[in-house]
Amino acid sequence: MKIVVCVKHVPDTEAKIKIAADGKGPDLAGVKMIVSPYDEYALEEAIRLRESGTASELVAMSAGGDEVAASLRQALAVGADRAVHVHDPALSGADALARAQALAAALAAEAPELVFTGKMGVGDDQGQVGPMLGELLDRPHVGNATKIEIASGTFTAWRGVEGAVEVMEGSLPAVITWDKGDHEPRYASLKGIMAAKKKPLDVKKAADLGVAASPPRVVRESIELPPPRPAGKILTGDAETAAKELVRLLHEEAKVI
Amino acid sequence: MATVLVLLERRGGDLKRASLQAVSVARRLAGEGGRVDALALGSGAEGAASAAGDAGADRLLVVAEGTFDPYAPEPYAAALAQAAKESGAEIVLAAGTALGRDVAARTAARLSTGLLSDVIAIERPDSGGLRARRPIYSGKAFAWESIPEARPAMATLRPNAFPVTPSGKTAETVALTVPQTPARVVARRLETPAEQEIDVAEAPVIVSGGRGLKGPEHFSLIRDLAKALGGAVGASRAVVDAGWIPHAHQVGQTGKVVSPGLYVACGISGAIQHLAGMSSSKVIVAINKDADAPIFKVATYGIVGDVFEVLPKLTDEIRKVKA
Repeated sequence: MKIVVCVKHVPDTEAKIKIAADGKGPDLAGVKMIVSPYDEYALEEAIRLRESGTASELVAMSAGGDEVAASLRQALAVGADRAVHVHDPALSGADALARAQALAAALAAEAPELVFTGKMGVGDDQGQVGPMLGELLDRPHVGNATKIEIASGTFTAWRGVEGAVEVMEGSLPAVITWDKGDHEPRYASLKGIMAAKKKPLDVKKAADLGVAASPPRVVRESIELPPPRPAGKILTGDAETAAKELVRLLHEEAKVI
Repeated sequence: MATVLVLLERRGGDLKRASLQAVSVARRLAGEGGRVDALALGSGAEGAASAAGDAGADRLLVVAEGTFDPYAPEPYAAALAQAAKESGAEIVLAAGTALGRDVAARTAARLSTGLLSDVIAIERPDSGGLRARRPIYSGKAFAWESIPEARPAMATLRPNAFPVTPSGKTAETVALTVPQTPARVVARRLETPAEQEIDVAEAPVIVSGGRGLKGPEHFSLIRDLAKALGGAVGASRAVVDAGWIPHAHQVGQTGKVVSPGLYVACGISGAIQHLAGMSSSKVIVAINKDADAPIFKVATYGIVGDVFEVLPKLTDEIRKVKA
């Protein structure tokens, strides 16, 4: 069984966001870029399925300009067998459907039993590409999975919904998007990093996959930083005095209790 | 004016509050002379007519036949796409819940259209379509995005970011037939925790604990205060990674992004990814030993002190006020 894990190249979650000169996006100069954390969970689950013998081949895939190759190398370093780079610089800033269409074209050629990806790419925080891949590939999908069990041709997936866990049963092939599950993503070993340099990384031009450039459906007009919070009050005195004063302020001033 | 379609979400026969919030937003976007259609799926769907009508729906489109109870993404997306075509909707909305976001994204691909996720402000420009504000980078920044041409323009709305505006009306029920769609994945059952906890994503009050608690055994201090306040228990990434508490409680980037009325951060220093997830809370209380901790920069009220001394006193005082 083949699994393809789609990963997105995003700014580190520890990074401070500054606004670029055009006001339409973040200024990424000097910002460390990483594999989106939810894609790391997806990758970890896929590696485990390969280690247990459920999966026989693990392919990492990403869409975008030259920069996304770094995230594909990272995926290879932690355990993917090979990588596919759907190359088109325009895809890095494209809307979710354009990226999903490009990935779907490359995925159709790979025809894996399972497509894994994160529940959302951190940063844009949309969570659209996974379910869109399900639709575009005409496959069922499960969003926000935290666990999966695979039998012959079928699967059970656990997904987080508000205050509960929804247990989904379906048939393969399928698309699964991952939330944080039971497993911490592994770090790349030095041996893994060395091995990754020799693993195949195919660059496929989006145009060669028959992906037509489409006019953007979603247009980003501007981004802004949150308004600064007004300076707060520091309460002094011993624990009891401070606790009493806090409760009084919450009750009388803030009126939240 | 415009026709606006809203996907309703029902759990255990009741309409989700977030769906009613979406209906009231739809009413405003539809404008004078516009129409709001609400789509209810599955057996008993017609029961939504009064609540949806009161929130602002003119018509309730009901699809009773099909794989809708329990949830199955493919028939839901097929039904929403079909309803959008039949109602001639210029705009399609859903609640930004797990189900709403799941179905909306799949439907947007089916209709080859644009979708704005998890919006917190929304308007219909004079030229039509949608323009909305949404948090990005887990709230470290906000974006204004629009769908100028693609139709229907779609959006999911962050729960509790919009009010329900009652109208006193009832929606007219219209039966809708949609082609049968195979459900190749279906929700078989819902596992709810034995002790029903309030989910941080929906809680009006959150009390969160961090490394300052020194160990999972001391999280009872957080639970006691949360209980006294009628709130949910949150946590920093550090303690979730350390295995003190499940990931469902994590607040911040890679956890939940929250904006409750009251957020109490206990023994949390305020790493940038935690601040991203909670700094839009209305009132923030920080309790931390380190006066230089970044959490105090976003706090409305701060107590520089030992959580082990302050929390029991605070819980006592809250109980007195609430009694």
